[in-house]
Amino acid sequence: MLWVEHVARIRDDQDTQAFAELFAHFAPRVKGFLMKSGADASLAEECAQDVMATLWHKSHQFDPARASVATWIFTIARNRRIDLIRRQRRPEPEDLTWGPEEEPDQEDVLTLQQETEILGAALAELPDAQRELIEKAYFGDLTHSEIAAETGLPLGTIKSRIRLALDRLRHAMK
Amino acid sequence: MTETIKHHLNDAILMAYAAGSLPEAFNLMVASHLSLCDSCRAQAESFDALGGEVLDQMRDDEVADLQPESLEATLALILGGPMDKPHVAETDVCAVLPKPLRDYVGGDLEAIRWKPIGMGVKQAILPTSKDASARLLFIPAGTAMPDHGHHGTEMTMVLKGAFQDEDDYFARGDVEIADSDMHHTPVADIHEDCICLAVADAPLQFDRLIPKIAQRFLRI
Repeated sequence: MLWVEHVARIRDDQDTQAFAELFAHFAPRVKGFLMKSGADASLAEECAQDVMATLWHKSHQFDPARASVATWIFTIARNRRIDLIRRQRRPEPEDLTWGPEEEPDQEDVLTLQQETEILGAALAELPDAQRELIEKAYFGDLTHSEIAAETGLPLGTIKSRIRLALDRLRHAMK
Repeated sequence: MTETIKHHLNDAILMAYAAGSLPEAFNLMVASHLSLCDSCRAQAESFDALGGEVLDQMRDDEVADLQPESLEATLALILGGPMDKPHVAETDVCAVLPKPLRDYVGGDLEAIRWKPIGMGVKQAILPTSKDASARLLFIPAGTAMPDHGHHGTEMTMVLKGAFQDEDDYFARGDVEIADSDMHHTPVADIHEDCICLAVADAPLQFDRLIPKIAQRFLRI
């Protein structure tokens, strides 16, 4: 349930203390993520502030039965990166008809947040060689062939390591 | 929403969609397929969750130092912006085109501006970034698809009707993923005209910066 309560306090009470705590954890990560994707420090700073302000303004839209706070912030940061650094639109899938207008069921929230913890633990336990490739795929905005060029590993090795990593993560989630 | 979709997106494409490393035309394909396919949507959400965990677990040396007044500046931004209202789902269960495509077309089927390209086949090119291309194709019932020499990755999703190639049958929501080695002649099903979304790596453009992203995708 990490951070879910913080977002609720921002949404319901405009609680700047809760925001400051979220900010201290996530803003430096978002900035680092954007810099790894090729933004310079000042653009990354500006985008990171913008991402965190979006979190406040869109706090009504956060659905803890469908995403963890880290996931939600990741998607906001990713979309901002595509928008600002790449200057492209990012089409999103059609909303589901049973949208998140109603208060989510507490049991669903708990299940989703627990699953995220399991996923996090499984990611942390991956062998370094597999984990690094997953990180590169998300952070560096790199495809497998570019990772191959950067690491000197054969493309087949990279593909099979990523496949193994995904298999392990899926196994942990069963 | 989910119909009987048999041909799905693969892990590499779903992961690249979550990571944000696909060209716009391919993002449009993925978003359109996810609108019709609950199982791929669930997979895509798992890849988002993985991105969230990667972000959360960044090592200390990867985390960037903020400007000294960063929090204050952000709070000032917050005061300046409007609070968003709770999200209202925009859905139209009667539409043939999923929402991401309606946004590009400016409406459903009747809003598509078709251009004939011969043999009764029509196409409408959608405005995406030039690193890849997206177009809607209209193929009369029983007609072979125009020969589209594959130079890289091409994905075709059926929106209406169906088509068949040597091995498989593709109906609404099914995606065929073809690479440059593939030679085949899909034919629209005889019972109904077929409408598809096709995306492909565009041939190299003059803008050197942009095609690099297309080339990235090519070799995923």
